Amino acid sequence: MSAQTNGLDRRNFLKTGIAGAAGLVIGFYLPGRREVLAASRLDGSPATPDVLNAFIQVAPDDNITILIAKSEMGQGVVTSLSMLAAEELECDWRKVRIEFAPAAVVYFDPAFHMQGTGGSQSVNSAWKPMREAGATARVMLITAAAQKWGVDPSECHAEDGAVIHAATKRRASYGSLAEAAAKVAPPQNVALKDPSQFKVVGKPFKRLDTPIKTNGKAGFGIDVRQPGMVHASVEHCPVFGGKVASFDATKAKAIPGVKDVFQISDGIAVVADNTWTAFQGRKALDVQWDEGPNASASNETIFKSFADACETPGVVSRKEGDTHSALGSASQKIEAVYQAPYQAHATMEPMNCTAYIQADRADVWAPTQFQTPSQMTAAKIAGIAQDKAFVHTTYLGGGFGRRGWSDFVTEACEISKHMNAPAQVTWKREDDTQHDYYRPASYVKIAAALGPDGMPTAFTARVACDSISRWFFGPDAVKNGMDSSSVEGISDTPYDIPNILVDYHMVEGPIPMGFWRSVGASQNGFFLESFMDELAAAAKKDPYEYRKALLSKKPRHLGVLNLAAEKGEWGKPLPKGHYRGIAVLEAFSTYVAEVVEISLDKDGVKVHHVTVALDCGRVVNPNIIRQQAVSAVVFGLTQTLKGEITIDKGRVQQANFDTYDMLRMNEMPTVDVYIVPSDETPTGMGEPAVPPLAPAICNAIFAATGKRIRHMPVKPEDLT
Amino acid sequence: MATHFILNGRPKTVDVDPNMPLLWVLRDTLNMTGTKFGCGMALCGACTVHIDGEATRSCITPISSVSGKKVTTIEGLSATDSHPVQRAWIEVDVPQCGYCQSGQIMTASALLAKTPRPTDAEITDAMAGNICRCGTYDRIRKAIHRAAELQAGGAKSANADGRSELVASAMMVSNGGAE
Repeated sequence: MSAQTNGLDRRNFLKTGIAGAAGLVIGFYLPGRREVLAASRLDGSPATPDVLNAFIQVAPDDNITILIAKSEMGQGVVTSLSMLAAEELECDWRKVRIEFAPAAVVYFDPAFHMQGTGGSQSVNSAWKPMREAGATARVMLITAAAQKWGVDPSECHAEDGAVIHAATKRRASYGSLAEAAAKVAPPQNVALKDPSQFKVVGKPFKRLDTPIKTNGKAGFGIDVRQPGMVHASVEHCPVFGGKVASFDATKAKAIPGVKDVFQISDGIAVVADNTWTAFQGRKALDVQWDEGPNASASNETIFKSFADACETPGVVSRKEGDTHSALGSASQKIEAVYQAPYQAHATMEPMNCTAYIQADRADVWAPTQFQTPSQMTAAKIAGIAQDKAFVHTTYLGGGFGRRGWSDFVTEACEISKHMNAPAQVTWKREDDTQHDYYRPASYVKIAAALGPDGMPTAFTARVACDSISRWFFGPDAVKNGMDSSSVEGISDTPYDIPNILVDYHMVEGPIPMGFWRSVGASQNGFFLESFMDELAAAAKKDPYEYRKALLSKKPRHLGVLNLAAEKGEWGKPLPKGHYRGIAVLEAFSTYVAEVVEISLDKDGVKVHHVTVALDCGRVVNPNIIRQQAVSAVVFGLTQTLKGEITIDKGRVQQANFDTYDMLRMNEMPTVDVYIVPSDETPTGMGEPAVPPLAPAICNAIFAATGKRIRHMPVKPEDLT
Repeated sequence: MATHFILNGRPKTVDVDPNMPLLWVLRDTLNMTGTKFGCGMALCGACTVHIDGEATRSCITPISSVSGKKVTTIEGLSATDSHPVQRAWIEVDVPQCGYCQSGQIMTASALLAKTPRPTDAEITDAMAGNICRCGTYDRIRKAIHRAAELQAGGAKSANADGRSELVASAMMVSNGGAE
């Protein structure tokens, strides 16, 4: 991405175009972002009324370049968003190229008040603006053609990358019209197509990024190469919150190729000719750490703090009716304690960043999910205005929430500043596992009252865990002790129960917390949907029928539940030794139900098949929806069956894939994905298919063994 | 110390520490970044290259050990993305984040060179060392079977290049995505 486009001044923007490319840029101000712009001037610069926050470039050679203000981490956003623009632009899809947006206030996502990708928001937030951008360009191109031919624009139409005047059979390609179109005043209000006219939206388009991801040419953060660039790696204190007491770099500096060793804010940086030598230098370091107050933290102390907290009422998240009375008069009272472990993100591309800090500007090439914090970090370290810091977003080798943080940006900037050269910092896999911002470990005391008919009359859940918001946004972001991400997936239980009480204890601990694919629902969905199965069992009812009866007022939940049950052949005969489990959950306004088929053998749980039924509103790209659903199944299976992050002596006990393994091909079930047709505004698919998987598996294990599993991951002793 | 080897069909000499892993010679000395760093311990397969035709984890392979040998990386698999495995990968639309895919493709192409029509079990055996955190395993399996057909030459290629065919089907996946 050309740094010059960062200013987004209309004149310069049009002049410089994209990455210095020849041709003509049609820039747009997308409506609907004006309030964000006015409210979010972080650097205090005046809001320019003439700013452009999106563009579509039509080049003279007919190539179309669409600016993507989101990060591509595998979720298919460059393809989905381009499809939205292409739908209205009526361009030739094979001519579509993308570029990633620079960091700038105008690209702020309204959901985050910063520029970033997460919360399964991208397609939902782009649904209208990207189509409006495409429509605006189309109208301008048609107007230019009509002017050229001396006909009324209403007599012309656009099709497959050209404007056509049918009456005279004249045709002009977009490329040939681009220059004239740029001089046309952009229309103020463009009409969008009726969905019945869609040619692109709803089709299983292949991903635009597939070819470059099959020949090694996709540029990830770790692939950035800059002239004069040095390679670095950082030795961090193994204990969270620890500091460098002293260090001796003599042996490290003696290694040929090691250029420098120095302390930065979160450890000791070793700078070398290449990354391997930087790693070797780290091994040769002699560092004395001040491990600080967290050196005694362990899983035992942390989970005890959760259990202790749950002895008293927490901050109320949801209260309906009178659970106390209902529990007191219940025919049956069911109580349970569930817990979930810390999880690391384990993106395949380890954390890395490349930075070049100069006197008057800073450049950051980063696989980042959140450009705004990256930009602020670079500007602060460089001591320059925010708009002099340029963020070049690369492809991301996985994100899952980890790359919302900027710790790797801080390291690269500090090292570059010290070296006065472009610097790339690369984390080892062990650093990545041990210095993550983890999915919170969580603990819940949960109870329900059943009436004489076995149906629940009261439901209570008391959740204890640390707060992601506290870590990411700061303590002020948590009002009155309530972080909604800690209780999402359980506090919003959709089941028709007259008395509900959900409360929360924010237990502040030393382990860094972060957003992890599907966030609170990743653990709370497990708690809720396992417990619902417990209730069905206590009521001696079929777990699918039991849920169905309690979801009669929730048509979208019911839609996916029924579809999953039908396609997953719920209740139909199974091969001997095979068992099914079911779960349903809404997350990020997308509804997902899953039916799993498992068997048990000496090696543990064998997952044969997963049926996914989902409702994400109108389908933009069924190919990518399926990819994301299957991907989420794998992510969910991994947290259910594979590793966990545990703490001892204030440090993470896992390190590489030998101690924190991921699901592999030999453990991959077959997966079928079914989509409920819908005319609702599209919602995201990056995360919502993760949460139902763990409870569906554990519910199937209960069907097999009669044993209820109330923790993740499933361990061998849980199966006997 | 200089090491001489054949890289993607051409003689190459590098003068680096003989213990330096091939992965880092490729990435940092030669700036050939298609081969990826994932774990450094041969646990994930992201760094897979061919050494004398064998799928090999370059992250634990000292450069001195490839002296005189033939090394093929993702950049050398084909000049025009025309290797049957790459064509199948594009046809099936395998990658998501894409970071592991160089390693997946190099492992799969080594398998197909020795086992032209692998069974599901043979595919699983060959590929279980390659982690894909996005979970593209079902499409990898499908694409390997498809590559076997393409390699045999008997099957018609639906689209050698997913973006250059004129027919609409080349722009879309054949199964319509979801069921």
